[in-house]
Amino acid sequence: MIPAAFDYTRAATVEDAVTALAGAGDDGKALAGGQSLLPMLRLRLAAPAMLVDLGGLTELRGVRDDGDALVIGAMTTHDDVMRHPLVHEHAPLIAQAAETVGDRQIRHLGTFGGSLAHADPAGDLPGVALAMDAVMSVAGPGGMREVPASEFFVDYFTTALGPGDVLVSVRVPKLTGWTTHYEKFHQLAQSWSVVGVAAAVRRSNGSIAEARVALTNMGVTPVRARGVEEALRGAPATADAVAAAAGRALEGASPLTDGTASAEYRTQLAPVLTRRAVMAAGGL
Amino acid sequence: MTVTEHRPTGEVGRDRRRKEDARLITGRTSWTDNLSLPGMLHLAILRSPMAHARITGIDVTPARGAPGVIDVFTGQDVADIQGSLPCAWAVTPDIKQPAHPPLAVDEVRFAGEPVAVVAARDQASALDALEAIDVEYEPMPAVMDMEAALADGAPLVHESLGTNKCYTWVFDSAEAGTGGDVASAAEAADVVVRSRYVQQRLIPAFMEPRSVVVDPTQDQITVWSSTQVPHFVRFFLAFMLSMPEHKIRVIAPDVGGGFGGKLQVTAEEFISFLAARRLGRPVKCTESRAESMLAAHHGRDMIQDVEISARSDGTVTGLNVRLLANMGGYLRLLTPATPLLGRYMYNGIYKFPAHRFECTGVFTTTTPTDAYRGAGRPEATFAVERAMDDLAAKLGMDPMELRRRNWVRHDEFPFDTVTGLTYDSGNYEAATDRAMELFGYDELRREQRARRDSGDPVQLGIGISTYTEMCGLAPSRWLGSLGYAAGGWESASIRMLPTGKVEVLTGTSPHGQGHETAWSQIVADQLGVPFEDVEVMHGDTRTSYKGLDTYGSRSLAVGGIALVEACKRVVEKARPMAAHMLECDPADLEFADGAYRVKGTPGAAKSITECALAIFAAHDLPEGVEPYLDADASYDPVDFSFPHGTHLCAVEVDTETGMVTIRSYVAVDDIGRVVNPLIVEGQVHGGVAQGIAQALFEEARYDEDGNLTTGTFVEYTIPSAADLPQIVTDRTETPAPGHPLGAKGVGEAGTIASTPAVVNAVVDALRPLGVTDVRMPCTPERVWSTIAAARAASSGDGGEAR
Repeated sequence: MIPAAFDYTRAATVEDAVTALAGAGDDGKALAGGQSLLPMLRLRLAAPAMLVDLGGLTELRGVRDDGDALVIGAMTTHDDVMRHPLVHEHAPLIAQAAETVGDRQIRHLGTFGGSLAHADPAGDLPGVALAMDAVMSVAGPGGMREVPASEFFVDYFTTALGPGDVLVSVRVPKLTGWTTHYEKFHQLAQSWSVVGVAAAVRRSNGSIAEARVALTNMGVTPVRARGVEEALRGAPATADAVAAAAGRALEGASPLTDGTASAEYRTQLAPVLTRRAVMAAGGL
Repeated sequence: MTVTEHRPTGEVGRDRRRKEDARLITGRTSWTDNLSLPGMLHLAILRSPMAHARITGIDVTPARGAPGVIDVFTGQDVADIQGSLPCAWAVTPDIKQPAHPPLAVDEVRFAGEPVAVVAARDQASALDALEAIDVEYEPMPAVMDMEAALADGAPLVHESLGTNKCYTWVFDSAEAGTGGDVASAAEAADVVVRSRYVQQRLIPAFMEPRSVVVDPTQDQITVWSSTQVPHFVRFFLAFMLSMPEHKIRVIAPDVGGGFGGKLQVTAEEFISFLAARRLGRPVKCTESRAESMLAAHHGRDMIQDVEISARSDGTVTGLNVRLLANMGGYLRLLTPATPLLGRYMYNGIYKFPAHRFECTGVFTTTTPTDAYRGAGRPEATFAVERAMDDLAAKLGMDPMELRRRNWVRHDEFPFDTVTGLTYDSGNYEAATDRAMELFGYDELRREQRARRDSGDPVQLGIGISTYTEMCGLAPSRWLGSLGYAAGGWESASIRMLPTGKVEVLTGTSPHGQGHETAWSQIVADQLGVPFEDVEVMHGDTRTSYKGLDTYGSRSLAVGGIALVEACKRVVEKARPMAAHMLECDPADLEFADGAYRVKGTPGAAKSITECALAIFAAHDLPEGVEPYLDADASYDPVDFSFPHGTHLCAVEVDTETGMVTIRSYVAVDDIGRVVNPLIVEGQVHGGVAQGIAQALFEEARYDEDGNLTTGTFVEYTIPSAADLPQIVTDRTETPAPGHPLGAKGVGEAGTIASTPAVVNAVVDALRPLGVTDVRMPCTPERVWSTIAAARAASSGDGGEAR
């Protein structure tokens, strides 16, 4: 109900935040929108000694056009992301997934970067970032560096961010000529994904030229469904071909049993939802 | 008589917006946790992390020295003075009633049981100090499964009782003389259907967590509590703690919901009372949501074995019900009685000629169970409505046709049931016809056939629930004959002020129902005063000292009669004054629309407000008239009230994922005459939502060690508006006989009716796949695994539904 005592600092610049977090080491925690961290503090499941509030870093908010990519500031709220015209035009998959996060209050406070850095296996945006080949810009004690999504999600609630690292922005390549769909499976409107599937499809002359598919909650990190992508490359744009390809959704997946669902059930869901996601993305 | 149209002529029947809502919605009101008193300390409670353990030592020394801490105490410190939490209903003479210390002394029997208390200057300091208390536990075996708990040699929850069986309660219609013998009925039957249904454990999840403030600094100790039952709290604090009752005042200020979860006299109230007296300072104890889910009582949790006998034409001949009811680790206020409140309703609206009911209460190392919206009646309705569907499937009959064949016809009321009740009124045909029409039953059946024929992965199911319930708790003599400690009457007091404004005291204790509005409407009509001129006061044992509070859909059904009677007495009391002023015989006056008029003399009139002023002035009172205009009345119900209705539900079941989506939901309820249709609509919607929640969403789960694994709203999944269907509602009106307003009760009807309608629909969708039952809640995974098991079984692979 009331968190354990902690020290608090509100960073004025990204450099401040890096310095403060580096100084605190493993006892420090960055506070973005607080939608995951604060409940953990209030339940006393987490008790960091130092909270570094990124809320004042206005330069980390917003979306800008950067040629062949969009750059989304890490502190941009889900609500701002899902309503942004640039996101709708060039990365509608992100807008669609962001709209499924939590409820309205959560989307107005929770941030895009916060979701990625938290790396909950049930979170929707890591899978989307993976499908989109997003690249994270990270400020750390050694300066700025870029980490592709495929290397960013390391383990259960664990990313490539180390002590002193701050996720600054996310570079998302524009998917021109692609159509996309995020298929989220959950019983309650505001609950986490049991399984989710992010799909992007580029069609050409009645066949699927290429596809990208990533799965949410089919392992400790989001999983890129390379087998499905391979089967779809050049396949006819038909329900049968998609169903056959979706049958390879479990390649590389290692779903967990948790309080929400069993691994067995997730194993049932993944091919079904992959088929539906690709069908919807491909307009089939 | 049944009418489907009722035009309001006065306040009663109008869609009044609730006068209490502005303050409730904004929170600028007297929630207990909003209260602050000079010098008040804050309590935090250390709770057992173990389901069952012996306490071998507690070291509170470091906590005593923690910043802001004033006091720390344990069960040992107050063992001689803390008394026992009350259980008000000894349901059988040989019931096992173990003591329930508010603070555990040497053993804990559920995870969440209070073990130690910190009082500090602020809440954060109190919570921090909990972490400095060191408790040594010697683990004992958790007792989780009811059937295993009853086996010989099972580990015991209460060693001294020698058994985990709390009681066994039996009703047999052959012995009672209300019907035949179920064994003979089964023997003679063409078909016997046996089913096992499981009522999962639920958490009441009221919106406002519980909170208590105790001020011991005055001669009369004042307790504010977020409770449904302030009168019970005062009585039991006095009785169990050997305190003089007149030295305790209990106030239930605005209370944010209860659903039966605050029909309780709690450990937290006892602990706060003890702490305040020990320290001589006001204390506050407000629980977190996590504490509320862990330690406030839970609901349902029963295993129901149902055997229904019938002839091949569908006529039912017998109903045999055996229950195991989970008590939890201790007995709270109504723990043993809650499953038995359903025992009169297992026959539902049907003419069973033979019935047997047996319920065994079982102790386990879990949070105690107790009343939760409907309390026993949702379970009964679920069992009979599910069983009727199972019977219809076995006979190959349409489930509605089976019901029509067996229900009590409207011309058969009053009807003496096999359980010994008399249903006073009803018209099941009218409510059902209306529901079928709104639902489009035949068309949905056609679509269902088409989907089955085409092998659509999304199947359609139709669920029926034709229910009745007993509400308006309760005739005092009936309660007394069943071993309950209190009565079931209710009271109301009216006082008309000199300016003609009206103050109403009610013994009911609303916690979200809207009594202030509904009572104002009733009084406005009875006394002919404006709605705005009525103030309704409740929930304070100093002012509304006569009352038995709010639960069991009783407030209007019982308290409403007392209210009308008190109004009538006020009208009679002012009559001599009016006659005196009009210089006529009181018998020549008629009262209507707030004024006394001389019969046959147009224009000669005195309003009741003029009388009120004249009475107050007392300058010229007629003989025998006292200088104030007020009246009290009480009412003890002669019998229960029996609302009924028909709920129909259509679901789509995605057989690939197990996802259930409610496509349409129709509720036609007959709750008698309606005081405020807007409030009734809210009660029906909320009730239906809560019943759907049991069917599809909610379950309190423990692991095998007795840890609650659904301790937050992330795991205990309560549906929101986004997860619920449009609910089509309508009403038929069969006025309740014997009630001056013709009102029945509506607080629980929606919850009672909806759960079986939804589950029947889910099972109906899946019967062609070989599914005969889906355990609640019908979550996607459970539905999918049930389908998978049925497919495996039909293909000869064996396999069990999970």
